[in-house]
Amino acid sequence: MKKNRLSLVALGMLAIAAGVFTSCKPKKVGSMMAGDAAQKVYVAPGQYDEFYLFTSGGFSGQLGVYGLPSGRLLRNIPVFAQDPTSGWGYSEETKPMLNTSNGFVPWDDSHHPELSKTNGEDDGRWIFINGNNTPRIARIDLTTFRTAEIIELPNAGGNHASPFCTENTEYVVGNSRFSVPLDGKDDVPITTFKENFKGAATFVKVNPKSGNMSIAFQIVVPGFNYDLAHAGKGVSHDWVFFTCYNSEQAHNLLEVNASQNDKDFVMAVNWKKAEELVAQGKGKKIPAKYAHNVYNESSHSATSTMENEVTVIMAEDMPGLVYYIPCPKSPHGCDISPDGKYIVASGKLAATIPVFSFEKLLKAIDSKAYEGEVAGIPVLKYESVLAGEVQQTGLGPLHTEFDDKGFAYTSFFVSSEIVKWDVEKRVVVDRAPTYYSIGHLCVPGGDSRKPSGKYVIALNKITKDRYLPTGPELNQSAQLFDISGEKMTLLLDFPTIGEPHYAQAIPADKIVKNSKKFYKIEDNTNPFVTKTEAEARVVRKGIRVDVYMTAIRSHLNPDNIEGIKPGDEVYFHVTNLEQDWDVPHGFAIKGADNAELLVMPGETQTLKWVPLRAGMFPFYCTDFCSALHQEMQGYARVSPASANVPLSFSGGANAAQ
Amino acid sequence: MKTGSRNIVLFCTLLMVGAFFFPFWKIILEAPQYPEGMEMKIWLYRITGDVDKINGLNHYIGMKMIMENEFPEFRIMPWAMGILIVFGVFTALLRIRVLLWAWIGTLLLAGGVAFYDFYQWLYDYGHNLNPHAAIKVPGMSYQPPILGYKQLLNFLAGSFPDTGGYLVIIAALGIVGIAISEQFGKK
Repeated sequence: MKKNRLSLVALGMLAIAAGVFTSCKPKKVGSMMAGDAAQKVYVAPGQYDEFYLFTSGGFSGQLGVYGLPSGRLLRNIPVFAQDPTSGWGYSEETKPMLNTSNGFVPWDDSHHPELSKTNGEDDGRWIFINGNNTPRIARIDLTTFRTAEIIELPNAGGNHASPFCTENTEYVVGNSRFSVPLDGKDDVPITTFKENFKGAATFVKVNPKSGNMSIAFQIVVPGFNYDLAHAGKGVSHDWVFFTCYNSEQAHNLLEVNASQNDKDFVMAVNWKKAEELVAQGKGKKIPAKYAHNVYNESSHSATSTMENEVTVIMAEDMPGLVYYIPCPKSPHGCDISPDGKYIVASGKLAATIPVFSFEKLLKAIDSKAYEGEVAGIPVLKYESVLAGEVQQTGLGPLHTEFDDKGFAYTSFFVSSEIVKWDVEKRVVVDRAPTYYSIGHLCVPGGDSRKPSGKYVIALNKITKDRYLPTGPELNQSAQLFDISGEKMTLLLDFPTIGEPHYAQAIPADKIVKNSKKFYKIEDNTNPFVTKTEAEARVVRKGIRVDVYMTAIRSHLNPDNIEGIKPGDEVYFHVTNLEQDWDVPHGFAIKGADNAELLVMPGETQTLKWVPLRAGMFPFYCTDFCSALHQEMQGYARVSPASANVPLSFSGGANAAQ
Repeated sequence: MKTGSRNIVLFCTLLMVGAFFFPFWKIILEAPQYPEGMEMKIWLYRITGDVDKINGLNHYIGMKMIMENEFPEFRIMPWAMGILIVFGVFTALLRIRVLLWAWIGTLLLAGGVAFYDFYQWLYDYGHNLNPHAAIKVPGMSYQPPILGYKQLLNFLAGSFPDTGGYLVIIAALGIVGIAISEQFGKK
């Protein structure tokens, strides 16, 4: 049966061939997983994490707070979005915080948290975050982890290049990702983009003591898409750098039309010079409507002021103020080395990373090494500013952070990895895959003068199969890497909320020591405060009914209210009389069309309730406060308009009589 | 031709009929952010698999859309395969050894033409890119390998026979084996 043998030989050959096909598959870069990873991220129960990590809430509009290295979620701070949990944006006291020139805007898209800095180091006093959609900047007080202030930016669209701060938090900046015509001159055909649309590099002054923000000036710049920014440090202290793409000035199909020029720009702005020009009266005041909202910690309430004008400087009229540096392939990230000597800009469609030298920038400006100008602003020669390019990196570099040993860490979206490179030598020394498609990354202090060399956190855009599935909608995924050794090693995956873009981390001790435990009741200046139970009362003025209510374990006072009519505007001003840490009381009433209140000890918050029909409406404490929390309740009786039920209440001022 | 040989030729021809019921070839793509991978299955008369997903990604580099009706081959290949099968059946029934060799020659020729054509398409898709593409890497082309794996930017592209292709390869090898044994084996 020779033929059969031959057939067998043939089949054998086939099997070998098939084996060769499949075995020649290149091996994947193994994810370097440290053997002792569990030990490195384990924070024993009751122990504290070493770092706070602040992650932008992305389309949640909030700010996440995590502990590192455990990856434990500590808090989700409401900023730009209403938060029914705490009543933020629902209570009468907090509603003005979300006021804008477009009215009440209860949501935003928050991208970049930026810790306040002193001498270029994170000082742990405040953290700023941008609202991209309705251009705003918020300041969060890190003693209370509450949003203390929100300022709107006029003349802007898509406040993306924000809110990066200068070395001593002299200014936080903003700029338009969607350039728009100046306010009031914006009813023009979109096809007139090139002549009418402008960017607005906005400098928001920060009061060094109070932190209060005010718009110092806006530099009107050509209408490109201003993407990210970072301020100089040390030698480059006086400058802020913005990346921009769409130098094509396309206004439709940007995916294609804004990707045509081989190079777009890094925009260098001398803010010291701008400050001088404004001081010399070279700025021009123009009408602009924008809201400035401040939360007062004593009155526990916010005020919203509508501003009417802003100072602008036209970049093209002020030589020496603004320069463009050509940068390949639609640059995105704009990051400055800890010593302030290098500007790293990443072309998101590029395969190399250009590193610009601040020293060469000054020389190029001195020697007028221009290759031309756009809209009256000089464009420097690429080579005259370039320190060098990092070659053979990956594909799609986005953002760079630095460590304390002279290395930079750049995220690569397309090739889904972090690449570590030597800043001075500009050579790649290590790479680690991320799961999946990393956007921003964060080294604690990684954009400051004093970075820590311990961890890098990858903020990934795509989650897919990293955790148990939760249907089509998934949280985002962060990954913690140990960078203390030569090789980056993966330690931990943890889910994050609402697509964090940038994140910043800070040693916990810089914040813990200032953390507030509760508000002193004697400092409470809320006009509707009820400082003792004896003062609790209900007052009617027309259809307005003010309930001065106290909450203390385990009763609300007053707890029975009668004589309310449909259509009355009832304001429950709830003061929490507790004076101890972590004893909040909640307040909710049946049928309320807004939310609950969560009132911290010593604080007063107000819930507006308009009953639409007669009935019996229970109210109660929602935060389990004590053994008799379930007894902490009351009733509001709403009688028909025709009924003759007088206004009355139990407890409070009545009981004291 | 011996009866046993005839039966094996008939059996191998029958295997080739499987090419109508299984995909012939597959192109697979893997990337860090696509851990599950993507597959494009090429049949004698159609394309299936993650073609839409692949087209969605390819537009970044300016590759043309892969669309079934772009390929006249899908109208020709079923006939070509049918003719080969009928040819095989006749060869087996007539038991003529020379016809067996002629059949193998035709099969090799058809395979050669098919691979040349496949290569042309791969070259065309990999090189003729839209100059206005968002991602343009100087000197980079995106031609997948004709067989085996190749790294294309962040994607690992692989090109391999699929079930139908393997059936035809097994059949062809079987028939070559029979032809050799008929020619050189003890009578």
